Amino acid sequence: MSRLWPLCLMLLLVGCSEQSEQPVEPPPSLADPVAVELDADGRPVPDILAESQVIHRGNGEEPQTLDPHLAEGVPSTNILRDLFEGLTTTTPDGHIVPGAAQHWDISRDGLTYTFFLDPEGRWSNGEPVTAEDFVWSWQRAVDPSTGASYGRMLSPVANAEAIFAGELPPEELGVTALNDSTFQVDLNHPSPYFLGLLTHPTTYPVYREAVEAYGDSHVRPGNLVSNGAYTLEEWRVRSSITLVKNRAYRAADDVIVERVVFYPLEDENTEFNRFRAGDLHWTYQVPSNRFQWLRENLDEALMVTPWFGTYFFSFNLTRPPFKDNLALRQALNLAVDREILTERVSRFGEIPTFNLVPPGLPEYEPPVTDWADMTQKEREDEARRLYREAGYSEEKPLAVELRYNASENHRKIAVAIAAMWKQVLGVRTRLINEEFRVFLQNRAQRRVTEVFRSGWIGDYQDAFTFLELFHSEHGRNDAGYDNPRFDRLLERIAAERVPASRRNLMAEAERMILADQVILPVYNYVTKRLIDPRLKGWKENVMDHHLTRYMYLVRAREAGEEEDAAEEAEGEES
Amino acid sequence: MLKYSLRRLASAIPTLFLLITFAFFLIRIAPGGPFDSERALPPEIEANLAAKYHLDEPLVFQYGRYLWQIVRGDLGPSFHYRDWSVNDLIAQGAPVSFALGVAALLLALVIGVITGAWAALRQNKPVDYTVMSIAMVGISIPNFVMAPLLILLFAIVLGWLPAGGWAFSFDRMILPVITLALPMIAYIARITRGSMIEVLHSSYIRTVRAKGMPEKEVILRHALKPALLPVISYLGPAAAAILTGSVVVERIFTIPGIGSYFVQGALNRDYTLVMGVVILYGVLIILFNFMVDLLYAWLDPRIRYDDGEAET
Repeated sequence: MSRLWPLCLMLLLVGCSEQSEQPVEPPPSLADPVAVELDADGRPVPDILAESQVIHRGNGEEPQTLDPHLAEGVPSTNILRDLFEGLTTTTPDGHIVPGAAQHWDISRDGLTYTFFLDPEGRWSNGEPVTAEDFVWSWQRAVDPSTGASYGRMLSPVANAEAIFAGELPPEELGVTALNDSTFQVDLNHPSPYFLGLLTHPTTYPVYREAVEAYGDSHVRPGNLVSNGAYTLEEWRVRSSITLVKNRAYRAADDVIVERVVFYPLEDENTEFNRFRAGDLHWTYQVPSNRFQWLRENLDEALMVTPWFGTYFFSFNLTRPPFKDNLALRQALNLAVDREILTERVSRFGEIPTFNLVPPGLPEYEPPVTDWADMTQKEREDEARRLYREAGYSEEKPLAVELRYNASENHRKIAVAIAAMWKQVLGVRTRLINEEFRVFLQNRAQRRVTEVFRSGWIGDYQDAFTFLELFHSEHGRNDAGYDNPRFDRLLERIAAERVPASRRNLMAEAERMILADQVILPVYNYVTKRLIDPRLKGWKENVMDHHLTRYMYLVRAREAGEEEDAAEEAEGEES
Repeated sequence: MLKYSLRRLASAIPTLFLLITFAFFLIRIAPGGPFDSERALPPEIEANLAAKYHLDEPLVFQYGRYLWQIVRGDLGPSFHYRDWSVNDLIAQGAPVSFALGVAALLLALVIGVITGAWAALRQNKPVDYTVMSIAMVGISIPNFVMAPLLILLFAIVLGWLPAGGWAFSFDRMILPVITLALPMIAYIARITRGSMIEVLHSSYIRTVRAKGMPEKEVILRHALKPALLPVISYLGPAAAAILTGSVVVERIFTIPGIGSYFVQGALNRDYTLVMGVVILYGVLIILFNFMVDLLYAWLDPRIRYDDGEAET
């Protein structure tokens, strides 16, 4: 029992938080939508559509910028995907399909992509979108003086790296306008994920005249010229950003929603209240301590779906006690019971994991580690053995610092992990909670960290977006992993043309990171939000891309309109 | 009076200068920088950003550059909200915070003074105890509790008012104004009551009463005016604080005021934005304290500034 008390205490602490939050307010009533009926082209029939097609979306923080080349963070990119369109775009379920480019050719060596732009492509001012627009925009994105945070997304393009480093002028980027509507890209290596990259805002075209005329304020309403399904109507800082349908958009006839309003709502409870008051159709998050209540009272609106990200902890491999101590890292890794963490602590349907790369990639088979197949009991026994092998025991326990940035969820997970280490191994953990930027700086400097919270959401749909983080020279390799074999493997992956071989190499790289115990994976993220049942046209997708152009609002069912109408419709569909 | 005013204004300049200097160097001591993020920037990009915002220069040079900018009325670009300058952000947020602040201030003043005076006139009677108990509760309940309670009741259960969001309209302003005003009402009521009781016991009130002046006139003309002096001194700094917005109220009601910039600016290491709101706050404090002193002279005939010295 003496060894069980930390875990009991932890469960008690964590368990209390939901009970004390038992809400007393009555559940809200969401309007009951009519059943969806589609015509032969797959478009909703006019009869079911709500009169007003204005969507109100909660969107986390105020976006830092709406310049696609400078933007970072989910709130900005959510808006930019509606405002702009890259050469490719995604379907509601996340498949990559033609966007500004109608089709493309890929050379046999995989090094040259020729994009044929959609002749209907227009900027919001009616001007055609040309290949020259893309050339200029991509040169701008890689120009170091632009300061594009995600400029590295374009590093597969010939000369991009040398341009970042200031060794070549941006004009030397491997992009050419063969004519007004043909845009050619030369790559350094065949990068099978390249088409996926083209949905990222860094690759979006910007309107040269506006950028040159207005400088930093080219993204203000009235100045911003965009080529996506929407254009910027109004921007009230920290209040709302309103986009209105772009009549010049190449597929404007298919766009049903007239306006979409994004609200920066940082506080999850505030957002939740506004959803319940009927102000929002779509929330950015949900209150983390209300899961049970939401399941019981708002289940028809609560959407929890897998997301392309992993929550993990990293070991600092450059300092004791983890430097050159593989057994100790593995012992700590095995002593953590992921199931308890996801079921009792984070509690939002997160998926326990022993891997770095999240599941669900069509082109990737994640490696299965030996310990993933063990029972937790076996893992704990193995952990104790390794702990002793590493030179620690109950009499001589490890004292370790577990560092995380201030957040309720991070705190709960860290407390639980510390309790598990204590219970299984007798480790004495000191929890260190730091303000975000202090935390980032300490992580990057590697001078004080031991074990620290990490996590990554993939930037593009490929395992490489996770693997590259552990290249010895990557800016976010805060663990200090320096393995020449791994670096060489990454280079081989970048150069590999045969998809099957590339997949194997990537799996090998992931296996190497896991075998070297660089990280302690905990779970794969899920997105969780409330969506008004009247909002249709969106689908789950692991990249969490949800373009407003596919959405529409159906009207609420009227009093006389009975369920049988819906049943009939369902019968016809089946 | 004019001479006094000019001298006060002249003394404000070194005060502001010290404030700016302290704030400038303090925020720079904080670890981390404005462009840190979970996605590390390539070093070349980071160097370029630093150069663009002159962060690569020695701190003293940056300080000199900043002072010169302020003299020209330019608070610089925001490092975090990269499409906007600090002037833009404050110009958009300040009217919102001012509108809420002024409304809350007026509401608090009217209700606070009336209830405080009323309680004083019925000292140690049930009315007094009731009013003072309510005031105590008003002071004790923090606004992060009051605001969600108001939203729950008026927006979600009753559905009478919006749950948040901003417009210059009665229905959007009423709940945040009440949240902001409640603790102030309580303070003002307590201060008014205390000082009113003191004044009512003073000899000159006894004198006017003895002369047979009607009670209403005694209270309104002779008691209330001097009883307001402590309220006025409270209002100076309180007005500066309330006009520059409240983080909690802005967050809960999603109001785009400038209160959140104090916290968000500091967390984001948005140096210029923090400086901008600190300067605004400093200017308002100096301005309101000055106004308080002028009001004192008007309310209390014993205080005059004509020869530059306050006689008391």
